[in-house]
Amino acid sequence: MKWTRKLLAGPYLIWMAGFILIPLGLIFYYGLTDSSGAFTLENIMAITDPQRANSLWRALKLALISTVICLAAAYPLAMILKRIAKNRSSLIVFIFVLPMWMNFLLRTMAWQVLLDRNGVINNVLGFFHLPRLNIINTQTAIIFGMVYNFLPFMVLPLYNVLMKIGNDVVEAAYDLGATKVQTFFHVILPLSVPGIISGITMVFVPALTTFVISNLLGGGMILLIGNVIEQEFTFTSNWHLGSGLSLVLMVFILISMALIAKYDKEGEGGAF
Amino acid sequence: MKDVLIDLRNITKSFDGTMVLDDLNLSVKENEFVTLLGPSGCGKTTTLRIIGGFVTPDQGQVIFEGKDITSLPPNKRPVNTVFQKYALFPHMDVAENIAFGLRIKGKSKQYIRDKISYALKLVNLDGYEHRQVTSLSGGQQQRIAIARAIVNEPRVLLLDEPLGALDLKLRQDMQYELIRLKNELGITFIYVTHDQEEALTMSDTIVVMNQGYIQQMGTPEDIYNEPENAFVADFIGDSNLLDGMMIEDKLVEVLGARFACVDTGFGTMQPVDVVIRPEDVELVSPGEGTIDGVVSHLIFKGVHYEMEVTARGFEWLVHSTACFPVGTEVGIRVDPFNIQIMNKPVDDDEKAVGNGEMD
Ligand SMILES: Nc1ncnc2c1ncn2[C@@H]1O[C@H](COP(=O)(O)OP(=O)(O)OP(=O)(O)O)[C@@H](O)[C@H]1O
Ligand SMILES: [Mg+2]
Repeated sequence: MKWTRKLLAGPYLIWMAGFILIPLGLIFYYGLTDSSGAFTLENIMAITDPQRANSLWRALKLALISTVICLAAAYPLAMILKRIAKNRSSLIVFIFVLPMWMNFLLRTMAWQVLLDRNGVINNVLGFFHLPRLNIINTQTAIIFGMVYNFLPFMVLPLYNVLMKIGNDVVEAAYDLGATKVQTFFHVILPLSVPGIISGITMVFVPALTTFVISNLLGGGMILLIGNVIEQEFTFTSNWHLGSGLSLVLMVFILISMALIAKYDKEGEGGAF
Repeated sequence: MKDVLIDLRNITKSFDGTMVLDDLNLSVKENEFVTLLGPSGCGKTTTLRIIGGFVTPDQGQVIFEGKDITSLPPNKRPVNTVFQKYALFPHMDVAENIAFGLRIKGKSKQYIRDKISYALKLVNLDGYEHRQVTSLSGGQQQRIAIARAIVNEPRVLLLDEPLGALDLKLRQDMQYELIRLKNELGITFIYVTHDQEEALTMSDTIVVMNQGYIQQMGTPEDIYNEPENAFVADFIGDSNLLDGMMIEDKLVEVLGARFACVDTGFGTMQPVDVVIRPEDVELVSPGEGTIDGVVSHLIFKGVHYEMEVTARGFEWLVHSTACFPVGTEVGIRVDPFNIQIMNKPVDDDEKAVGNGEMD
């Protein structure tokens, strides 16, 4: 009995070993060795190089800005979706998620075409004699791409958590004298913290590590840490350096997760 | 005479074209325990939500102490609600839940602390301040919900089937707790239930509703002993509901036999509804009663035996402390005082309206 149960876990163990543990182990191995296979911290310390440090700093900044914009845009949107869904039309939610089913690369490339100096948007603006939009190949364009691509990942967890908040607690708050605004800050917002946390995680991490968006909308001029690492693996084929920088990035992700988790704990019960 | 606190005047409400409340009038006096009683879907919750301010009536007014509060939002009304599903705030502990309304009103820390411990004592949950509400049992959560409402010192407490989710024993305990609370606090309770026993136990006044109409309003004794129509008689307690013919004053014909009764003023040779409570049916030796029958079912119910007696094609429900085995031939006798005569409803509309509510 016990033995067969263990057997059932087999496929998952193999999956974990094959696709999580072994790659992670390899990253650690490459990151902490040089080309001769000897132990070194050089690949890690490479981050102190000003250009790389800058790319990390830039990535952190852009990811943070995108996450904040996503949160600010997604929260009202999720509240609206909840209201609509109550009138039993999940179609809107469906339409909203639909772009996620299209290839990420295609969508971003489409924006490259749209935002181009001679692209569709500028043609339309020019037609109406409006000032042209020169955001392609800027940090703004990258933020735009990040927000566009990752917004659904913020909306969905928020929508889910808001849907779970019963109308009864909201009514209870009104009943006890709270205004709509007070009800939002004392009841709805604290109860949606788990959705906010997972939304932030799901936007911040991919935004921090992306290299595709910065490549396509930054014109290859604006390097994020993701681009730097990618180049080490592709152009220079320096797997050791690439892995070392990946480890550094991983540490930064862990730190941000820990910060969020800590805030989550402090936020609990702090309704007033 | 106590003052009228809440007055519902000509309240009409429909949802999606379906009439839920039709020209409802209801007065609640200060310090009264009023129960809205009726079958599922009859509009009890809707009535309560109109008083609480969560539903706006299509027509009619909600008057509170002479002031029209029909368009006042829930947070501005001097009433508090205990919701059926408790609706406690899961992200707050017990004390924070109870403090919610007081903090909104900006009361001092000391005041709030005193109120919390006072309320917890009142609901017998002393020392539960820092428990998570999700870790409490249903009955405890219910009591916290009550505590959370009463610390705001509402003039009226609205309770929507607050004991619906509890088991029988706990429900009975809580019924006594609620009566005690009401007496200690001296506030008006408007209580919704579809459990007639609960209504009879707790209320000063029972409002029996059906299909959005008030069928009868009165003390528990009135409602039970003097039901005004067949619906009320049938809904409150068990009863034998028979078609009858009023021969003359104080004489009614049922199943072809003539029973003496005490009612007058129904005219002569008028069809009427006749209600006889099962505990009012006396079983005697065959031939000694008004009609004869045979015991067809027998169940022991603890306090009494419940029997069914087939007599002249009707299954009489009988409660008696004496036991008559199945197959026993018996006579049926009813004290004239225990025969309740009611007018037959003329049409469907009147059937729902019942007596007294027509203008
Ligand atoms: N928000 C609403 N939208 C549509 N119909 C509603 C709404 N609220 C109530 N109803 C309908 O109004 C009728 C009365 O509902 P109400 O909740 O007042 O009944 P109730 O007497 O409380 O019944 P129960 O004992 O089952 O709780 C029902 O037919 C219900 O379907
Ligand atoms: Mg109800």
